[in-house]
Amino acid sequence: MADASIAPAAIAGMFDLLSPNPPGWGGNLLRGLANSLQIAVGAFGMGLLIGTVGAYGKLYGGPLVRDIAAIYTTIVRAVPELVLILLLYYAGTDMINRVLESLGYQRVDISGLVAGIVVLGFVQGAYATEVLRGAIKAIPQGEIEAARAYGMSPVLMMRRITLPAMLPHALPGLANLWLISTKDTALLAVVGFSELTLVTRQAAGTTKAYFLFFIAAGILYLAITLFSNVILAKVEQWARRGMPSVKEAR
Amino acid sequence: MTEALRASVATDPLQPGAAERAEAIHVWNLHKKFGALEVLKGVSLTAKDGDVVAMIGGSGSGKSTFLRCINFLENPTSGVIRINGEDVQMVSDGEGGQYPANRRQIERIRSRLGMVFQNFNLWQHMTLIQNVIEVPVHVLGMKRDEAMAIGEQLLERVGLSAKRDVYPAFLSGGQQQRGAIARALAIQPRVMLFDEPTSALDPELVGEVLKVIGDLAKEGRTMLLVTHEMKFAREVASHVMYLHNGIVEEEGPPEELFGSPKSERLKQFIRTVS
Repeated sequence: MADASIAPAAIAGMFDLLSPNPPGWGGNLLRGLANSLQIAVGAFGMGLLIGTVGAYGKLYGGPLVRDIAAIYTTIVRAVPELVLILLLYYAGTDMINRVLESLGYQRVDISGLVAGIVVLGFVQGAYATEVLRGAIKAIPQGEIEAARAYGMSPVLMMRRITLPAMLPHALPGLANLWLISTKDTALLAVVGFSELTLVTRQAAGTTKAYFLFFIAAGILYLAITLFSNVILAKVEQWARRGMPSVKEAR
Repeated sequence: MTEALRASVATDPLQPGAAERAEAIHVWNLHKKFGALEVLKGVSLTAKDGDVVAMIGGSGSGKSTFLRCINFLENPTSGVIRINGEDVQMVSDGEGGQYPANRRQIERIRSRLGMVFQNFNLWQHMTLIQNVIEVPVHVLGMKRDEAMAIGEQLLERVGLSAKRDVYPAFLSGGQQQRGAIARALAIQPRVMLFDEPTSALDPELVGEVLKVIGDLAKEGRTMLLVTHEMKFAREVASHVMYLHNGIVEEEGPPEELFGSPKSERLKQFIRTVS
């Protein structure tokens, strides 16, 4: 964090508030950031998994599987995320505990981290399903046909051909989902999970330095995005390795 | 020819030379319907090892569909298909069609048929050499080093050694198709299937691909070839089938078929394409 000795005296107090050691709130903010990142990574990963299954289900599944996938993506994308989070978080944990009790087990306290990942992952999965479905459809079908013609099993084809071939088409959409995922963690403040936004509100409320702490949180969110952009650009460059540059075709 | 390839030819029991040539593909009375449209109305074919069967015919005659039925890219509606002496088991789908009963049997059969497509269909996210070793390594379970050695020889043979690490999108059509032929050869196929291999190429690139296919025919490769190149079919084929509206209108040795066609349709077809 900032070194107070080189800052003008007038704003030295501000940096005291942001100091990582108490009474500074910097440490809390960073812990909130870490919590947010854990949830974002977990939810995005879970969303990718659900999305892959959902996209395959929608494209290649039987009528029942296609219907289930359609209901899932429609409902999740129709209901406001905040409502879904409240619903899944409270109703979901309540339902799990009721089931446990009816089976004769003790009630469990579901950790905010796990609940947050599951709830946001469930939402991400619906959007990822559509992103991946579109990307798979963008693969030249001849490549899939060649994989079939050479005796690849469905699993091998998915691993060696379909997923790598759809990646360049999926990445812009997946990058969006990742950035949305980092910011959706803020919604978990409503269920009392100490992620970055809730911690910021606590710090600001306690110290009355609202401007300082919300700017600090904003900078942290921005830093996540800037860092993500660097990584995503590299991944996209790698995924498009077999494709001529778009500029050449202009 | 390189050392290893010569060795593989010498030890390959599938090459002709033995007095009795084994039957590689046997198809009997194949029908294929797309909805109400019957594309194949009972086509039969037997290819022994070393045979080069050329299939000619106008567009919509069913020749490509027939080829695609042989490795089950299309499921035939009815008929018998025997490959490598193995009858393919089919089950009814309850709607008048049928599909293979055993996916693994189909995968095994496909991994011994080297298919070359009209549009090359190389995997765009892999370099040329990666395309060539993909099936040997991941489907046939060959060791990577071994597959690499064979792959490099095959690329040399089709004249693409210098392009081994290039992605398909940066190659010309002719180069891509020669690469696709190397990919097909890498699985040491019992039969090569060519589905109009030069139809998507610029005229000046057709020659280099036909040269490679012609060389394969000369060394005794078993091949089924769907083509519009009549002169080429006449040169390389041991047997020519003329399809029209889903049936074999006429078939026989190339000299006979092209030299003295019997059916009026074939006469007319030969006149219009040559």
